[in-house]
Amino acid sequence: MSTPRTLFEKLWDAHCVREESERAPAILYIDLHLLHEVTSPQAFTELAARGLKVRRPERHKATLDHSTPTTAADASGRLAYITPQAEAQVEALRANCQAQGIELFDWDSGKRGIVHVVGPELGLTQPGMTIVCGDSHTATHGAFGSLAFGIGSSEVGHVMATQCLLQRKPKTLAITVDGRLPAGCSAKDLILHIIGRIGVAGGTGQVIEYRGTAIEALSMEERMTVCNMSIEAGARAGLIAVDDTTIDWLRGRERVPQGEGFDTVARAWRQWRSDEGARFDAEVRIDAGDVRPTLTWGTHPGQVVAVDATLPKAAPETVGALSYMGFEGGAPLAGQPVDVVFVGSCTNGRLSDLREMAAVLRGRRVHPRVRMLVVPGSDAVKREAEAEGIDRLVREAGAEWREPGCSMCIAMNGDTVKPGQLAVSTSNRNFEGRQGKGARTVLASPASAAAAAIAGCIADPRAYATPPAMAEEATA
Amino acid sequence: MNPFRTLESPIVGLPRANIDTDQIIPARFLTTTTREGLGRHAFHDWRYDEQGAPRADFVLNRPEHRDARILVAGRNFGCGSSREHAPWALLDAGIRVVISSEIADIFRNNALKNGLLPVVLPEAVVDTLLAQPGLRLQVDVAKRRVYWPDGEHVTFPIDAFAQTCLLEGVDELGYLRAQDAAITAFEERRHAA
Ligand code: SF4
Repeated sequence: MSTPRTLFEKLWDAHCVREESERAPAILYIDLHLLHEVTSPQAFTELAARGLKVRRPERHKATLDHSTPTTAADASGRLAYITPQAEAQVEALRANCQAQGIELFDWDSGKRGIVHVVGPELGLTQPGMTIVCGDSHTATHGAFGSLAFGIGSSEVGHVMATQCLLQRKPKTLAITVDGRLPAGCSAKDLILHIIGRIGVAGGTGQVIEYRGTAIEALSMEERMTVCNMSIEAGARAGLIAVDDTTIDWLRGRERVPQGEGFDTVARAWRQWRSDEGARFDAEVRIDAGDVRPTLTWGTHPGQVVAVDATLPKAAPETVGALSYMGFEGGAPLAGQPVDVVFVGSCTNGRLSDLREMAAVLRGRRVHPRVRMLVVPGSDAVKREAEAEGIDRLVREAGAEWREPGCSMCIAMNGDTVKPGQLAVSTSNRNFEGRQGKGARTVLASPASAAAAAIAGCIADPRAYATPPAMAEEATA
Repeated sequence: MNPFRTLESPIVGLPRANIDTDQIIPARFLTTTTREGLGRHAFHDWRYDEQGAPRADFVLNRPEHRDARILVAGRNFGCGSSREHAPWALLDAGIRVVISSEIADIFRNNALKNGLLPVVLPEAVVDTLLAQPGLRLQVDVAKRRVYWPDGEHVTFPIDAFAQTCLLEGVDELGYLRAQDAAITAFEERRHAA
C-alpha cells in the first residue's frame, strides 16, 4: 500500500512538471491564474518587452476591483475614479487582456467583483486545481481543496508566459478545530482566534490544512473566510478537504460542467482530501468552544482580544500598537467610540456575510456619529442581496450601499478612513494606515461590525442577536 | 538582472517587528503601471509629515545614513500583501540587502527576483546590529557570509538556486522558458489521462 499523503502533497504531486532538487526548485503547473489591475501591468510590460504571448489564455481570468470606484456611474456613464492613474490602470488591463485574449469581467459583464469572490461564485475555482493571483489573499480558494497562493508581479509574468512557477515545497501545518462554535460566533471570530493563538508568523513557510468537526460544519462561505486569512498567519496557503458541502455549493455554477458531467467530475473531486494517517510537519489543536466574538486591538492581525475581555497591559511588545490605536492598556475594548464601519472585502463581502450584518441591523439605526459603508463583494452578491431587500435595510438604517470592489479594505479608490478615525472593519488587515493615512482599524465579524455601527462604539454582537421588536415582545 | 556578488555598506536600522508591506509602500501609491520611481514612496508615512515634509527624526532621512545599502529590521519583515512594489521601492531607494531574524515568504520571493538580498540571521545577532547603526558590513553571496569590519563573520541560509541566480544574474523567466518541452509533455500527459 502506498504511504498516506496529505491533501497538500496530493495537489503538489499532481502538478509537478519537475520535482525539486538541491540545485533547483520544482516546476509547478498552474491551472488557473486570476488577474486584477494593480499587480498585472508590469508583468504585461515584461512580456511585451520580450515579445512573448500568454501561453494558455483560457486559463487566465481578469477582473477590476482594487482601484475601482464604489459609486455608480453618473448620467453620462462616467465613473468617478480617484485619479487619472487609477483609471489608466484599469484601461491598461482592458487593453492587455484584449491583446492577449484573456477574458475580463468588465463593468458591463454583470460578473465583476473582488477577484476572490468572483472566482468561486462563477465556479472557476474547482477542487484539485492550482490557482495563483498577484494577491496574497488567493489563499481564499483553498476552501475548495485547491492549492491557491499569492504571487508577485514577476511571477505573474512567469505564469502568463509558461503556465508554470518555480517553487520550493512548503511544509504542512494541520490546524484541527473540534467542538462547536458558540452561538453568536462566526468564521471570522474563529480565524482571528486562530491567528491570535499561532501568531502572525505562525504559518511562515507552511501550507495550513484546516480540519476537524468544527471546520466540517462550516458553510463554503465560512470556509473561504477562514482560508482567506491564512496569509495573516504568514502561511503560503490554506486548505480544506472536499466534502458534500463543497460539491453541493459548486453544483449549477456557471463554469462547472452541468448535468451528468457534473456528477462525473464531482466523483473525481472527492479524492482531494488527506489520507487517513497522513503526517503533517506540525499540528495545532483548537477547541471551537473557546471562541468568543473576537476583534483586533492593535496594528497586526495577531493582536486580538475577545469583545468582553480587556486590552493587554502596556508592555514592550504592546506599547507601540496601543499608542497608535490610542488605547489604554488594561482598559476594556468594548465602549471605545467608533467613527467608521466597513462591511465588505474578500474576507466578509459575500451574501452570507451581508445576511449576518442585516440580522443585527434589522429594525435599528446606525449611530449618528458613525459612517457605515456596505460594499458587496461582487455584482452577483449585490444582485442577490438586493433581491432580499438588504440594500433597503442598509439605507433605512442610515448606511451607504455601494458598488462592488475592494473599497475601504485597501483604500486605494478614495474610500478612506480619515486620520485618527477608528474604523471597525470586516476586512483582513489592520496595519497602520491600511485604510487611509493615520487610520485606526479594528478587524471584526460582520455581526460585530453592525453592532458597533448601532452602538457607536465597540459592542458585543450577542446583545443584538434578536431584532428590537421581538426583544420588546419578549420583555412585555 | 545584474549579478550580485558582494556588497560593502553601512547599515541602517528599523528596530520594529512585523514591518508590513503597507508600511514599506502604502497602497495609495500602487496606482501605477510601471515599476520605476517608487523609491520616493518607500516608508512614506514614516518618512514624511502631514505637510509632506521629511521628518528629521526618521532614521532613513538622516544624512549620516544616506549611503546605507543594508537595512536591518525587526522580526517578520515584509509581512502582508504580495505587492512586488515593496522590493521595487526599497531598491529604488538604494537598499540592496535586508537583514532580519524572519522574513515573510512572498516578500522574500519577490525580493530575490529583483536582486534584493534577504538575509535571515539569529535574533540576537540582529539585535546587536540594530544597536550599531552605521556599522560597515560586507555581504558575500558566494560564501553566504556577512562580515564585520574586524573579519568576524556569520553564515546565512540561502536557497542554492536563488544564490546561483543572484551570482550569475540569471533571469528566472528565461530559465522557465527553457523548460518548454517538459511543460508541453506534462500538458499532454494530463490531457490524455
Ligand atoms: S478585498 Fe482587500 S484583501 Fe481582498 S483582494 Fe481586495 S484589497 Fe485585497
